[in-house]
Amino acid sequence: MIHCVLHDPNDSVAVVVVENVKAGMKLTGLILDENRTIELACVQDIPIGHKVALKDMPVGATVIKYGVDIGKVVQPIRQGEHAHVHNIKTKRW
Amino acid sequence: MQKTFSGYRRENGRVGVRNHVVVLPVDDLSNAAAEAVAHNIKGAMAIPHPYGRLQFGADLDLHFRTLIGTGANPNVAAVVVIGIEDQWTKKVVDGIAATGKPVAGFGIELHGDHDTIMRASRAAREFVQWASEKRREECALAELWVSTKCGESDTTSGCGANPTVGNAFDKLYDAGCTLVFGETSEITGGEKLLEARCRTPEVWQRFMFMFDRYQDMINRHKTSDLSDSQPTKGNIAGGLTTIEEKALGNIQKIGRRCVIDGVIDKAEVPTGPGLWFMDSSSAAAEMVTLCAASGYVVHFFPTGQGNVIGNPILPVIKICANPRTVRTMSEHVDVDTSGLLQREITMDQAGDRLIDMMFRTANGRLTAAEALGHREFVLTRLYESA
Repeated sequence: MIHCVLHDPNDSVAVVVVENVKAGMKLTGLILDENRTIELACVQDIPIGHKVALKDMPVGATVIKYGVDIGKVVQPIRQGEHAHVHNIKTKRW
Repeated sequence: MQKTFSGYRRENGRVGVRNHVVVLPVDDLSNAAAEAVAHNIKGAMAIPHPYGRLQFGADLDLHFRTLIGTGANPNVAAVVVIGIEDQWTKKVVDGIAATGKPVAGFGIELHGDHDTIMRASRAAREFVQWASEKRREECALAELWVSTKCGESDTTSGCGANPTVGNAFDKLYDAGCTLVFGETSEITGGEKLLEARCRTPEVWQRFMFMFDRYQDMINRHKTSDLSDSQPTKGNIAGGLTTIEEKALGNIQKIGRRCVIDGVIDKAEVPTGPGLWFMDSSSAAAEMVTLCAASGYVVHFFPTGQGNVIGNPILPVIKICANPRTVRTMSEHVDVDTSGLLQREITMDQAGDRLIDMMFRTANGRLTAAEALGHREFVLTRLYESA
């Protein structure tokens, strides 16, 4: 089963695409652009559609998805954690 | 891929996929009479709206452009126009009549609702009977105009439903169709990626003019930021975090190969085939209403969390890749591409599924939104009335 997908191998987050992803699960991630998979450990419950961090990111780091800048880190994020509006913010507006 | 579909060829040569007789109010005051006519005459459809009084300048121009474009759309066979007074009513009638289709206008002043409803009902009855004898004929795929706009997006939109539209758009572009996308504020963060997709530097400059104009408007009116609106609460519930992330998902709808051939303002009509960018709001019903007014006859609407929108005259095909939404809101989903995220189908197969549904819809199949009675007709306003 594919638990999460990422667009580009350099992305720092992946999208959870199944329900009931829980802390402690081992996730299989599909890299859409390359049609190959990666593995990672999930450390928090993550709802379907929400993002899991693929690496540790300090405050101020740029978050990469689609291989492109999608915003900045505003609270430290560890690999396997839930990455969303509580720790990432737009660089616009 | 099929090369033809069954459509209604209109007097001006354009091809529609629906055969509506519309009762079109010029203004809010005329909604009651328009709805009474549609009640009297089976097969006539009123499309009420809340505007049309004391508008001026560019906002008034857009009001007329949207109403005239809606009546002129080839999915519409004939139009009854009702306004509170004769002059603006005549302006809308004349604009629609330029297509050659039957159109009749009625002003309420000096007559009252009763007499107006009686006379307009006579015209509507004639139009409905006339339209009911129109027959579909075989039309080339290149004659199909297809628009796209996504809504209640989530992260599955960007990796599933939107690239499905992109795959279909690449194929329809090669087939010579006339295509459009827009949602100006939802390009924010992805605008530089579009530079490489524009046909010429002039197209890119025109795009950036529209983009900067919209950003200026946002900057004039925003509070701390736009985070309460862009992304929407539904987007955030679905996992989208920033406008940049949403924009990159939005851009997936224009595929990988097709080129932006031109840029149009709201409700303007494209002058040739290819892919057009239309400056537009990202609010679903506003954008889809503008697409209909520009002359588009089929709409691709990818959704993640489950937007339920439809349009009175433009069939809206919903595409969804979120397995939870497909399960909980199945009556709204025309094309399920959730298999993409489990590698059960390829992107190419997903695009072909959408194109197959496009042909079936063009040939007459009712979309989920049509069957459910969704007729959201929402006029874009630029500023207050005088």
